[in-house]
Order: sequence, then structure tokens, then C-alpha cells
Amino acid sequence: MDAMAEIRQTFFLECEEQLAELETGLLAIDDGDRDPETVNAVFRAVHSIKGGAGAFALDDLVSFAHVFETALDHLRAGRLEATPDLLKTMLRAADALADLVRAARDETGVDAVRLATLAAELRAVDPAAAGEGAADQDESFAFRPVPMDESMFDGFDADAAPPEREFSIRFRPHRDLYAKANETALLLRELGGLGEIAVACDASELPLLPDLDPEAAYLTWIISLRTGAGESAIRDAFEFVEGDCDLEIAQAGADRAGDEEGLAPGDVDIAALIGKMQASVEAELARVVDTQVPRAASADAERPDQSRSDHPKPDHAKPEQAGASIRVDLDRVDRLINLVGELVINQAMLAQQVQEAGLSRASGVATGLGELEQLTREIQDSVMAIRAQPVKSVFQRMPRLVREVAALTGKSVRLVTEGEHTEVDKTVIERIADPLTHMIRNAIDHGLESPERRRAAGKPEEGVVRLLALHRSGRIVIEVSDDGAGIDRARVKALAAGKGLIAADAPLTDEEIDNLIFLPGFSTASTVSDISGRGVGMDVVRRSIQALGGRISIQSRPGQGSTFVLSLPLTLAVLDGMVVTAGGQTLVVPLTAIVETLQPKIADVHGFGGGARVIAIREEFTPLIDVGRELGYRAAAADAVGGVAILVESEGGARFALLVDAILGQRQVVIKSLEANYQHVPGIAAATILGDGRVALILDVDAVVASSRTEAQGHDLLLATAG
Amino acid sequence: MSKTILTVDDSRTMRDMLRLALSDAGFRVVQADDGVHGLEVLAGETPDVIVTDINMPRLDGFGFIEGVRGDDRHRAVPILVLTTESDAAKKERARRAGATGWIIKPFDPAKLVAAIRRVAA
Repeated sequence: MDAMAEIRQTFFLECEEQLAELETGLLAIDDGDRDPETVNAVFRAVHSIKGGAGAFALDDLVSFAHVFETALDHLRAGRLEATPDLLKTMLRAADALADLVRAARDETGVDAVRLATLAAELRAVDPAAAGEGAADQDESFAFRPVPMDESMFDGFDADAAPPEREFSIRFRPHRDLYAKANETALLLRELGGLGEIAVACDASELPLLPDLDPEAAYLTWIISLRTGAGESAIRDAFEFVEGDCDLEIAQAGADRAGDEEGLAPGDVDIAALIGKMQASVEAELARVVDTQVPRAASADAERPDQSRSDHPKPDHAKPEQAGASIRVDLDRVDRLINLVGELVINQAMLAQQVQEAGLSRASGVATGLGELEQLTREIQDSVMAIRAQPVKSVFQRMPRLVREVAALTGKSVRLVTEGEHTEVDKTVIERIADPLTHMIRNAIDHGLESPERRRAAGKPEEGVVRLLALHRSGRIVIEVSDDGAGIDRARVKALAAGKGLIAADAPLTDEEIDNLIFLPGFSTASTVSDISGRGVGMDVVRRSIQALGGRISIQSRPGQGSTFVLSLPLTLAVLDGMVVTAGGQTLVVPLTAIVETLQPKIADVHGFGGGARVIAIREEFTPLIDVGRELGYRAAAADAVGGVAILVESEGGARFALLVDAILGQRQVVIKSLEANYQHVPGIAAATILGDGRVALILDVDAVVASSRTEAQGHDLLLATAG
Repeated sequence: MSKTILTVDDSRTMRDMLRLALSDAGFRVVQADDGVHGLEVLAGETPDVIVTDINMPRLDGFGFIEGVRGDDRHRAVPILVLTTESDAAKKERARRAGATGWIIKPFDPAKLVAAIRRVAA
């Protein structure tokens, strides 16, 4: 069933949210949060997962969630105290629940032993079940998916096989029955479905009209029912009203059949009967009781009027809060962002045309345009803010990771997060999760020392990993730091030399040594542990950060720990770029890649084989790449003198100089993807539209550098074979 | 003339399942996310039956039922409670709060509809 498959998806999405809520709540309680609403929220999260899991017959999930929920219920009711040990067990249970959810989603297996152990631990904390061996039995009994209501509606398909019996039922509703919106007529209809029915009404208790309380119940119904269904089926029909009525069910003797109150059994039209009764009583009521009687009044179906005043209306003082957030399809937001991008471009074009038309700055058009510009910028900011989300969703996943890694490495770790409400574009959030996960793993695995070594160094045994986010000059900065041993520079240098990444005697500054860990193929762990060594190193982290237009740097102090600092753009929809010309074309170079710009002097540029050139910058030779030629705008390399060299850093950390004709300026541009229409264009990342309406291509610095490198290698090869 | 059912549940999964089961059965479905929202929805709707969850943020099912029963316009509406528990104590609590009947989760769409027909005039 398609719709069910969709709901199943929703369920798993929702589970993820509930799991996050669960974990946040448990951590808050662990931190001393005693707000009952926190425990309630945690309870609800597990309860919701259980409810949904039941609907999809995920039995493992249901039974584990049930045990967990029971323990939480005790916590909620104050029968259990939130001790650190209990919280630890619960946090592990939350992890196990998450595993179960994912196993159910991906239809994979789970570690049954681990689950059983945890479930047993949870049951062990249960004050009610303590010492009671029957706990397990209870559980399996209470938790068969539909144990009770199996027979609830079975009366309809009463089997013909059992012999028919005659029941006589005396049913006397109380006023509460009606107060709860139950209805005698419906109950009788239900009974009628069980077999042959005859109904009589005993109205002897009905008072005289002046004494009649319209909301009270006075009638007694005497029913005789011939049915093949058993007494339990009859009781089931009264299930909802049990306790709100006097009910006597007796199996009548054969001789008494039909004798009841002189009423002949047979085909009595109950609806008609009740209708008639209601009509007659109503007519009388209408005459006597006037406005006090609600319109739908019937003599026997009335509601208690005390409920009008006695029940305080619940607090609905917060209607705004209900509409505080909405779910919107991401496509719609993106379309809006696109449109605003167009608006920004259009506004820039208009401004340029007004300027060209020579209108005075004081003219109405110019001031109006100024206001338009401001509004446009505000709209742009607001639209970008729609896509912005707090980094919390990523930060939230980290406590679990920390616990896992800590358990695997045998280290004691405390994770401190700050600034989790810092907002950044959703796409950025999605794409920093993996790098961050890796960095935190590294911080625990490589950064923190073992408890023994920490003790020896005079530090507390528990290591601290900090995760911090903040906004700084239009970018988001995320820091991952540990208070471990810091980078062992001698070892890093030796390792890098051993792997041939640097010359053994290369004179490197501390900072340069620290940066070696970002080199591809570098890994400081001498044994590949199963945590950090998942085949990705810091080079991959760096590459994924750079792909987002970000930068990563490291600061490390021996004995005091290391700090990785990520700096990322707030959005991927706009970009700060340097507008340049090359080969007569306007191009945009992403500002994040640029280290510096300079004007080459003739003495600094040296050519060598195959037309390749290098430029000396502060006594270092850096390859000089002519962008115009690389992109095919011109066949021959341009004269370096007269152009501008832009020093960029590529993903490997190597520096290159890009030769362009001139720099036009620096501005924020709206990114327009080319791939949908032109597929991937080598050397070009995307395009943008400038204020004058012209399209400018955004340079993919790494691709340009890489293609010039393979070209150069080709030349070398050519020379080698020629020689 | 189809009957209108108001469902109140904080779980999106449950809301979707209820909507599917009920609209397949030909009911018109109105939904709310929790008790407070449910009462707000009632300001503009007169459902024939209400189906509500118990564990919800802001205002739980018990509070919601009290709110409905305390409102002259809606106090006669049958309310079915969705409960995962089949134990008597939970049902008793629901009944004390003024629920008309209950449906045990996980529900079978046919039984849900039968329970609604059972309380709907």
C-alpha cells in the first residue's frame, strides 16, 4: 500500500526527531534539570515511537520501547530517582532505541544480546517489579499488540454455530453516561446487531414534569436478546458505559422467554420505538421547560449542567505559539530564494541604467531606487534566514558519538557544546555533519590521552571536548577543541618524512608541521583503530569543508590540547567573490580561495619547458597559471607583466598564482547553477549575473589548478619521451 | 453527508494513519497537533466524533476532554481516546475525564471505523 509506505517514511523521520528530543531531555535531566515537563517530553518521545512502531508491527521496537517507557513512567511519577547511574542506563537505552529504529528502517538485524541486557537493566530499576519474577510474564501479556479489543467488535459476525440463547438485560443508564456522550439508542442498535432483540422501557421513575431535571437519567431499559453470541459479547457492547449504568445480564430460562414484562419477542423496530419515545417526551418537555433545555434534548439523554461551571477551561492563552512554526517544502523556499536572487540582479541593473541615464542623485528616481536597494537586501536576508537553521540538529548527534567513542577507547570524556542556536543554511548544516563527526572522533581518539596518562600529567581523568559555534563577520565559525596532549610535532614530522610527504630535513615552523596532518595520505595513528581509521583522514575533512567554501585551521599547544577552527559561509546561495577579467571575459574568483594579489614583475616570472611558468613570491617559486589560456579564451599565454597575479590555495594546501588581466572589484554574487542546462563545465563552478546584466562565470579554482597540472605533466612526459 | 471527525495527536505518523483510515472510510477529517490546538480547531468546527491521543505536549488528552466537556457547544460530542494501554486503570482515567470510549493502539482501520460508528449517532 503506497500510502502506508509513505506514512512509514514519516514515522522514521519522526522517530529521528523523537530520538533527538529523548537524548536532549535525558542529558538535561542528567545535568540537573528537574522540570517535570522535561521528563514528560522524554516519556512522550518514547511513547510516540512505541505507538508508531506498533502500527507497523515492529515488535522488537515495541517491546523495548515499552520497557523503556515503563521505567520512564516511574521516573515521571517520582517512584524513581534520577541518579547518575539511572541516567547512564537510560542514555544507553536511548542509544539502543535509536539502533532499533534504524534497524527497523533499514531492515537489518540488531544485537539481541545487548538489547536483552539493557531491557533487563531497565526492568531491574522498576520499583514495582523489583523482586517479582513475574515481570516478564506481565510484559508479554500486556504487550501482545491487540489483546483486549479482539472481541470488541466481533459481535457483528456472530457465528451461526453456537446455539442461540436468550438473555434478559436490565440496563439503567446514569446521568454520567450521557455526560460522556454515550447514547442509549446506539447501544441498543449495537445489541440489535447481535441477534433478535426486544426492548421495553420502564419509565416508572420518570418524575412529574415540574420536578424533571432535563439532564438526569430516569429510564430503565429491559432488553431481551436472542443471540448465538455469548455473554461476553453483550458485555463488550456495554464496554464504554461500564460504571456509568446499572447493568444486569441474565440468561433467561426457556420458559421465561418472551415473558419479560409481557413483551413479545420478535421484530421490533428499535429505532422507531426510540424515536417515538423521544418525540413524545420532547414534545412534553418543550411545553414545560423552555430555554434551559438544549435543543437536542431528549428525556433520557441529558448532560450534567454542573460541567458548565465546574470544569475550568484549560488554558488556551497561547494561540500564537500554535502557529509558531510551519513545515514548508524546501523546493518552495529555494524557488523564493531564486526569485529574490533575480530581484537583486534586476535591481542592480536598474541602478546602473539610472546612472547611465544621467539622472541626478537627488532625483526621485534615484532616492526611490536607493530605498528599493535597501528593501531588496532586507528581503534577501530574510529569505536566507528561512533556510537558516540552528546547528543544534548536528550538535545533538554528537553526545551519542562521544559516548560510543569513549566506550570504545576506554577514555572518560565530557562533551561541552556552546552556541548550538547559531544559525546557518540548511545545506551547510547537512554537509558539516560528517566532517564534524570525524573531527570529534579524532579529538577523542588522538587528542585525548588515556586516563592513566592524564593522571600522570596532573590533569583530571575526564577529558573535555568542546564544540562551539558562533557567528563572526558574516560567517559561521565552528571550533572543535580538546584538552588533550596536543599535536606531537616530532612524531608528525617523522611520519610525514617517512611517508615521503616532506624532506626529512625540511625546516618547518610549528604551524607548518601542524598543517601536515591535512595532507592526503597522512594518518597519525600507528595502528588503525576502528574509530578514526575509517579510511578518511583530515585531508578529506579539509576537502569537504573547502567544497562548502570554508576553511579549516588548527592551533595546538603541547600538553594543553588542540583546537580546530572551521569557518564557513552562512549560505551557499550567495558568495563573496573577486570580479576579474581574463581574456576579455568577466569572471568571479571565490574570495575564500584567495590568499593575496600582486602585480608580477618581469624579473620574478620564469618560463620553462612547455610554456609553463613560475613566479617567485617571497623567494618561493609558485606555478603561474594563465586563466585566460586555461579556459580557452586565448591560445597564447598572456604577458605576465601588466596583468594581476592572484595567489590562491588549492585543496591540497599548495599555492598557485592565477594570472588575470585586471581586478574589477569585490562583491557578493548570487550563485546560479549551470549544471542543469550545460552539465558540468570544467574549470567553472557556477555562474552569476552582474549588475549590467552580463553573465559572469564563477571560477572553480581547484579544477583550473588541477587541469593545468595534468597539462604540465603531459609536457613533462612529452619532453621525457622526446629526450 | 459525510461525518466530520476531529483527530488530535502530536505524532505525525499517527495523524497520517488516522487520516488515511478515516478518509478511506468516507469521513471528513480535521486534525490537530495537541490539546490546545484541538480546542482552537473546535472554535471553527463541529465534528461528529473526536478521536484524541492522551500523551501530548502543552495540553494532554485528559485536559483536552475536560475542555471539550466544559464547552457548551461541544460537550455532547462523542470522544474516543487512543491508548496504547489496555489496562483498566488507564481506561478508567479516560472515562473519568469524560471520554466516550477508547481505541487501543495499534488500531486496525476497520476497528477504528467500527468504534466510531458505534458512538456516532
